[in-house]
Amino acid sequence: MDASRTDAAFLDIVRQAVPGAAIDVVPSIDMPAASVDRNHLVAVCDVLRTHPDLRFELLLDVTAVDRLPASPRYEIVYLLACLGAAFGSAPARRLRLTVRLDADSASVPTVSGVWPSANWAEREVFDLFGIQFEGHPDLRRVLMPDDWEGHPLRKDYPVQIRKDTASWSPIQLTEEQFTANMRAAREHATRAARSIRGEKQ
Amino acid sequence: MADIEVPILTTTVEKMVQWARRSAIWPVTFGLACCAIEMMAMAAGRYDVARFGAEVFRGSPRQSDLMIIAGRLSRKMAPVLRRIYDQMPEPKWVISMGACASCGGVFDNYSIVQGVDQVVPVDVFVPGCPPRPEALIYGIVQLQRKIDRSRMSA
Amino acid sequence: MATRTETMTVNMGPQHPSTHGVLRLVLELDGETIVNAEPTIGFLHTGIEKTAEQKKWQQIIPLVERMDYLGPQSNSLAFCLSAERLLGIEDQMPERVTNIRVLLAEVQRLSSHLVWLATHAMEIGAVSVMMYAFREREQILNIFEMIAGFRMFPSYFRIGGLREDLPRGFHGVLKPFLEQMPERLDGYEKLLTKNQVWTKRTVGVGRLSKEETLAMGLVGPMARAVGIPYDVRKAFPYLNYHSYDFKVPTETAGDVFARYQVKLVEMRESVKIALQALDRISPTGVYDCGDYRIVPPPKDRVYTEMEALIQHFLIYSQGFNVPKGECYVPVEGPRGEHGFYIVSDGTNRPVRIKSRAPSFYACQALPMMIKGGLIADVIAVIGSTDVVMGDVDR
Repeated sequence: MDASRTDAAFLDIVRQAVPGAAIDVVPSIDMPAASVDRNHLVAVCDVLRTHPDLRFELLLDVTAVDRLPASPRYEIVYLLACLGAAFGSAPARRLRLTVRLDADSASVPTVSGVWPSANWAEREVFDLFGIQFEGHPDLRRVLMPDDWEGHPLRKDYPVQIRKDTASWSPIQLTEEQFTANMRAAREHATRAARSIRGEKQ
Repeated sequence: MADIEVPILTTTVEKMVQWARRSAIWPVTFGLACCAIEMMAMAAGRYDVARFGAEVFRGSPRQSDLMIIAGRLSRKMAPVLRRIYDQMPEPKWVISMGACASCGGVFDNYSIVQGVDQVVPVDVFVPGCPPRPEALIYGIVQLQRKIDRSRMSA
Repeated sequence: MATRTETMTVNMGPQHPSTHGVLRLVLELDGETIVNAEPTIGFLHTGIEKTAEQKKWQQIIPLVERMDYLGPQSNSLAFCLSAERLLGIEDQMPERVTNIRVLLAEVQRLSSHLVWLATHAMEIGAVSVMMYAFREREQILNIFEMIAGFRMFPSYFRIGGLREDLPRGFHGVLKPFLEQMPERLDGYEKLLTKNQVWTKRTVGVGRLSKEETLAMGLVGPMARAVGIPYDVRKAFPYLNYHSYDFKVPTETAGDVFARYQVKLVEMRESVKIALQALDRISPTGVYDCGDYRIVPPPKDRVYTEMEALIQHFLIYSQGFNVPKGECYVPVEGPRGEHGFYIVSDGTNRPVRIKSRAPSFYACQALPMMIKGGLIADVIAVIGSTDVVMGDVDR
């Protein structure tokens, strides 16, 4: 196998630019991989995107892994790519960043300020894993219905559930609005009937 | 009566209405997933469902009388499906196309409705994942037979 | 008298003939101009990723093929490549298997782009293009049916090789089809490229800049239409694409018409690659990596040898274990970079699989493309992004 494929030496640039960040290289077989602590995540990402020798312009995906019995339980995974000759002088390469999170403090700062494409991807992770993204502009469910309970891709969530299928969604009207509508409709009908009979309004 | 020269066919009103209904089924364009592509293939040149009078796909449910549920139905989509069904004028029929629509198929999980007959009444189930266009045409022919047998309600 | 103006909110979808499935757009209109748009997705969320965690490795292939249902074999190829990298068998893969995979991946791209062209043109009003494109697609589906007995989802790529050898007469069917394809593509171009109705609906519509494209994570034809020459086949070669002769088309306009042009040239390049691959493939030969812990032994050995029978039984009853680790090997799917991030804990079932879905990001970028445009252009823009809701919602 090609050893240069997983060569993570370029991470030294990030270590110099963000002093204090705990960047540990993780052994991997497909691309360079590193774990970073959650407090320095945004600073590290910013350097990765803007540094002229790195230029990881493309955030390919944000996802999470639930390793339930293990601790820390969650891993947030960011897949990055630098397109190489298409943009700047940095060579084409990939990087996988991971952030490990405990079950009781499952929140991580958002990177949607660095890469706007993280917006929906982080919403999806929030939806399916229930991980909070601090500072996210619009953290709502994206795939499941808004009133869904639980986070389906967690390991302690069942695959099959027993639940009646909701086949209707209520029209959002209050009691007063409904009666007012009905009264208006009645009055309209009365007026129409009068005008048909030729009576004066 | 001997001086009448135009040929005459006699029939009952019921039979004529059934004939009219079954010969011009207008499906609503309701593609959910993979099966929708096979539904399009059915309408395209090779299979040409126009031979059976069901090629006029309508964008609006208010102009159609057949709903082909083509694909897996998620719980989020179920209320929408029901609303579209309610918007169709009577008489209306439903074909459940494919394994996912009929029983959930391989997706026996939290998100997929295990059979659309929980949401709307289904007339014909077409098996397959996805069914071939021939199978869907056979389903439509079965539906035509069903319409032929139906009685007009008083 | 003062004129009072207010914007109007229009709901489009989930049931709409032109939203490619069950996409819902809430549009805010000022007259006919779109002020704001909000896509709502999730109406086709199938939970495939959760279901796959309960399945054995080789059982997942039919599931992932149903994600992006217009390019199913690019899904299964991406999944197989990731799993094979984890298993460490990618170096043992015979050249013939790799070439067949290249061939089928390109034919799949052709078939996916044909559906895109058919629906995109039909929505803008050119219904005859749809009939022609489906005619060619039916021929491709016939070929898939020939190799695996199934029109849309052949499940022909397996972890460790292919399902079986190529059928008899494969070359004789595929070669004439590929050779007539450039002529057919000329036919589509004759109908569309200089057609005034087509150009007026597409040129200058749904424009994106280079920076916006990168910021929204758009890849594939969408990126190439703004002049980013990024193609996984060239930038991060997989299979043996480095040994094939093909070009990566780019345009600079970044509008709907540019995406149309890029995709048509891509189809021509796909035909070129497929013809090169077809010449390299012998009609019969090896079709798997030969590691009988992962792929079932040939049937004639199962019937005659005890060891082969045991291996066969083990594969179909408990599957195989994939070494602990995580892996992401992308491929260039019809809609852009497509890959599976898979995590294994060393057992016969995955801990997590996650599809990197290009349509998901294209959907996210929709408001950027349609804001400021007319409501009729929404249809043209959605068609040009080629979103597949099965890929968006998974």
